[in-house]
Amino acid sequence: MTGYLTSLIAIITREALRFVHQRERFVAALVRPLVWLLVFAAGFRAALGLSIIPPYQTYITYETYIVPGLCGMILLFNGMQSSLSLIYDREMGSMKLLLTSPMPRWWLLMSKLLGATAISILQVYAFLLIAGLYGIKMPAAGYITVLPALIVAGLMLGSLGLLLSSFIKQLENFAGAMNFVIFPMFFLSSALYPLWKMAESSELLHDICAVNPFTHAVELIRFALHTQFNGAALGWTLLAAAVFTAAALWGYSPEGSGIRRRS
Amino acid sequence: MTGIRVADLSYSYGAKTALDNVSFEVAQGAFCALLGPNGAGKSTLFNVLTRLFVPPEGRIEIAGINLNTQPRAALAKLGIVFQQSTLDLDLTVRQNLSYFAALQGIAGRERANRIDAVLDRLQITDRAREKARTLNGGHRRRAEIARALLHSPAVLLLDEPTVGLDAAARASITDHVHSLSDDGTTILWATHLADEVRPDDRLVILHQARVLADADARDFQGDASLQDAFLALTA
Repeated sequence: MTGYLTSLIAIITREALRFVHQRERFVAALVRPLVWLLVFAAGFRAALGLSIIPPYQTYITYETYIVPGLCGMILLFNGMQSSLSLIYDREMGSMKLLLTSPMPRWWLLMSKLLGATAISILQVYAFLLIAGLYGIKMPAAGYITVLPALIVAGLMLGSLGLLLSSFIKQLENFAGAMNFVIFPMFFLSSALYPLWKMAESSELLHDICAVNPFTHAVELIRFALHTQFNGAALGWTLLAAAVFTAAALWGYSPEGSGIRRRS
Repeated sequence: MTGIRVADLSYSYGAKTALDNVSFEVAQGAFCALLGPNGAGKSTLFNVLTRLFVPPEGRIEIAGINLNTQPRAALAKLGIVFQQSTLDLDLTVRQNLSYFAALQGIAGRERANRIDAVLDRLQITDRAREKARTLNGGHRRRAEIARALLHSPAVLLLDEPTVGLDAAARASITDHVHSLSDDGTTILWATHLADEVRPDDRLVILHQARVLADADARDFQGDASLQDAFLALTA
């Protein structure tokens, strides 16, 4: 067991060191949701009327509504960022160190996933802190109850990144994957508008949003931030995490079809 | 016990055959040069030996352990220096070694002691605190060899480790790795340069996915130079 723990700590430490070395990545990760919160939400506030929907018990401002979605956005972008760094590792060759270690491959990849999720969550809390200073506050207990939701959502989106990295051949292809994954996932979700609003425009789009795992991750975070539990959202997020993780582990296995791309 | 045993190994990329029924053995503690021109299949063989690829046919034993049936135990016996540098350039030499030791499950005081020992062995102790990015090519290679020796592997694989080095660094690395076999470590050294092979070395020549020769270098070259004998065989 010591070997498992030793490798886990080493991988998380390396992820943290890499993050510290890339301060601009931290700033970018914070600026992105803050622009949405402080600029986009301010503009949309008047245009978008929100009814009272769970977990809210009163009318809320649009800024309050999109905070959980923006937490999800940080996790989503970080999931993709960790995918990018895995592809970079593969191109630079350092992925081979992981894949030829005598520790089980699944454990090493899970350690990577945990490390990336931990860093994502730190960024979410930094964002929530700034949002709080700006006056968009959540219930005090919500900052604690949201932690398990962030872990589950972070693992799900991180495992999606892991899956993508096992199938994207080259670094240059990453931008394409961003367009096909990040933007549809984000916009076809409840991050920016409640699903009933989407249903008013198009039932089809509403249905797509309803099966989008990112929607469930955002709802899980939204309810947890208001100290409430959303079992369905948790179930869907866990299911998506399990599917993405299993597919990613297969993709990274020596037998997986993706292995030849890692020569 | 053999250091490396490869039997009836084949591997293809679609229709292109990269390894065709490759078989050879390297005795424990021997230095074996895997000589072959570019595209001979050397890197594919390394990817299979390190289980990055799983071959559909053939059997591989590392220090007597079957790589297919006991991959973790076999990989634990293996030290690897890849052709492409795998150092994290933003970490110091010591941090790079420490990270790798942890991936081998080595922790605490033992890790520190082993790092000190291999740094000393490769004569780069004074570079330990320098970032890998600041090292020259020769020192980077030494750092990678030091890293590959951290867990005291029974078998050391090096895939064209002198590529990109100047003549002095190339000679120094070649000498040093030859000396590693003195303590019983089995070495498989892939190269396309005949001057890196010594008469006492075991020699396996790989060409167009097949083993063309498997002999002591001295016996293979006879009265000719190794370079001439190699070119005559692969022309």
